[in-house]
Amino acid sequence: MKFTPRRLVLTLAAPVLAVVVAFVITSLVLVAVGDPVVQVWSTLLSEPRPRTLVNIVNSAITYYIAAVAVAIGFKMKLFNIGVDGQYRIAAFAAALVAGQAWLPGGLNIVLAMLVAMLVGGFWAGIAGWLKVTRGVSEVISTIMLNTISAGLVGWGLRTWGTRAEGSNTRNTTEIPASSQLDGFKLIADAPNRVYTLLVLAVLVGIVYWFIINRTRFGFDVRATGESETAAVASGVKVPRMVLIAMIASGAVAGLISMPAFFGADHSYGLNFQEGVGFIGIGIALLGRNHPVGIAFAALLWSWLEKASDGLQLKADVSPALVYIIQGVILLAVVIAYEVVARFERRLEQKQVTRQLDTATPEGASA
Amino acid sequence: MRHTVKAASILSVAALALTACGGSDSGGDPTAGKDGGSDVKACLAYDVGGRGDQSFNDSAAKGLDQAKDELGVEIEEVEASQGENDAAREDRLNQLVDAGCTNIVGVGFIYAKAIGAASKANPDVSFAIVDDASADSKGPNVAQLVFAENEGSFLVGAAAAMKSKSGKVGFIGGMDVPLINKFDAGFKAGAKAVDPKIEIQTKYLAEDGSGFADPAKGKTAAEGMYDKGADVIYHAAGGSGAGVFEAAKANKKMAIGVDSDQAKTAAKNVQDVIITSMVKNVNVAVFDYVKASVDGKPLSGVQEFDLKDGGVSYTTTGGKIDDITAKLDAYKKQIIDGKITVPVK
Repeated sequence: MKFTPRRLVLTLAAPVLAVVVAFVITSLVLVAVGDPVVQVWSTLLSEPRPRTLVNIVNSAITYYIAAVAVAIGFKMKLFNIGVDGQYRIAAFAAALVAGQAWLPGGLNIVLAMLVAMLVGGFWAGIAGWLKVTRGVSEVISTIMLNTISAGLVGWGLRTWGTRAEGSNTRNTTEIPASSQLDGFKLIADAPNRVYTLLVLAVLVGIVYWFIINRTRFGFDVRATGESETAAVASGVKVPRMVLIAMIASGAVAGLISMPAFFGADHSYGLNFQEGVGFIGIGIALLGRNHPVGIAFAALLWSWLEKASDGLQLKADVSPALVYIIQGVILLAVVIAYEVVARFERRLEQKQVTRQLDTATPEGASA
Repeated sequence: MRHTVKAASILSVAALALTACGGSDSGGDPTAGKDGGSDVKACLAYDVGGRGDQSFNDSAAKGLDQAKDELGVEIEEVEASQGENDAAREDRLNQLVDAGCTNIVGVGFIYAKAIGAASKANPDVSFAIVDDASADSKGPNVAQLVFAENEGSFLVGAAAAMKSKSGKVGFIGGMDVPLINKFDAGFKAGAKAVDPKIEIQTKYLAEDGSGFADPAKGKTAAEGMYDKGADVIYHAAGGSGAGVFEAAKANKKMAIGVDSDQAKTAAKNVQDVIITSMVKNVNVAVFDYVKASVDGKPLSGVQEFDLKDGGVSYTTTGGKIDDITAKLDAYKKQIIDGKITVPVK
């Protein structure tokens, strides 16, 4: 598509419209329940403390990878709800392997990530295979696989995890110090650090962009997503594509918890962060499946999330408010893009009509 | 309570010291015993659910309110979001420190690692954690508040055995962890003390925290037990207990509540199936912890709240066990006197 000033305005119009709509609706909700509107916005918009800022970035790293995993499916019109189960079982398998420390330092990290991708890919592959061979909707099968993975991981943790004296949680063996990543000191004055595997998230984003936009495979994926019949007609083997896209989505899902695992947790236990797969769905929608858009969406999402504590402390509002804002933004984005897209279509139609009009000789209509 | 006795013994000294402090701070108030606590700001960090969950968190909130009313301390509270990691919990605790809290309680064992990290980063602030006594949260400025759930469960186990006509009772736990095993072990010991031949069915709902928030699973498990002849079921499964009560109602059987007096807090239509509840008075622990700091002697280390302290007890709301309270109180006395030692697993 050509890059013109009008195109730029239209591209920016949708997100701006969405934010404005979200702002208005949230304010109305606040007024309706009698919360302090001004206080809420000033708290939300105030600069977070350095420590919180680092946490926002760290959360965004995790969410970014999750959203890319979901976006890979979306590109093919596959709704991979199973990212949640895929990353959980992958994280557990990786934690088990990394805890054994078969390889030294950095190699251990690489091995763990390969294991995570394999397991995540395999788990998603089951749903892909069921869809291709038996026509089972991936929505249904991945939801079921989520539950199965939770059960399997629970059983695995009981079998291989250990419990410290006096503790109620069970953890896998902690990875050796040589495999723990210290993180980057990106933000001054913060006592904590940004995950080293920020690098991984950036890499995932670049590879995703490259494959989707610059390879034959990516073209086939997009073509299948746009119109399956057209893709089939042009020689795309759709079942094969579905299976590969599903496995790729699962493999990326496997990487979701790696930054936090090597940067903070060092073992898998009951304190594992759950539900990231579902957050990824929201962020992929918000970021329009675009590698840069997703990055902004992930930052916005985790920024809102981390504002929850401050809002409770300073504005005395319920933490549920943050869920409301997130939901409203998501809804507003979906609607705003549709509105802008329709407006754009109408503009184009008008332009075409005008061009046709001018092309027609004056005397012909008379 | 063990430490209260200790605290009480130093109270006179502390009161003197506080009078001195209060005198300089607040313009010569000589009765500073209460007002001396005004420099304490007690804060709670809840897990998901927070104030209003009609159970565990609410009980903690009650203790905080009591501290505000009776000790005149400032309070603050923050609730968790869904799907958090330890960094988010730690950040929450640090935000409370920034907000000027002097005493911070993490409600629930999920805060263990976060409390450990935050307490090391803020050695001048006193922390407490409910239901955890692990090395993760241990520290010189951390009080680990734990309960003798096994003792309270012994009493409701005895009540179940006395009330059962079929000679079969059941236990449903949310999750198979040592914390819930204590409820299980106490219940079994109590039931066996009354009727050595009693048949006890046991079921744990899940391998993770979901077992505490799945009423459907609780209902299925309870129905299975009632079908197999049990007529009293004790649950230690948090929110899943609602399903247990529903199953009891549908089958016209009995159930026993947990944590708070569920004959008052459960849904109205099932309250009449709850013959008693094993109450875990988190409020007592929270209040005592704050009070100790107000008294100038902050708690640290493992603090167990048991039957003797009023940390755990059973309820008689609804009058369903009025005929056996004398026998239960006899057991209670034996436990307190150390004549009965209740197992923990």
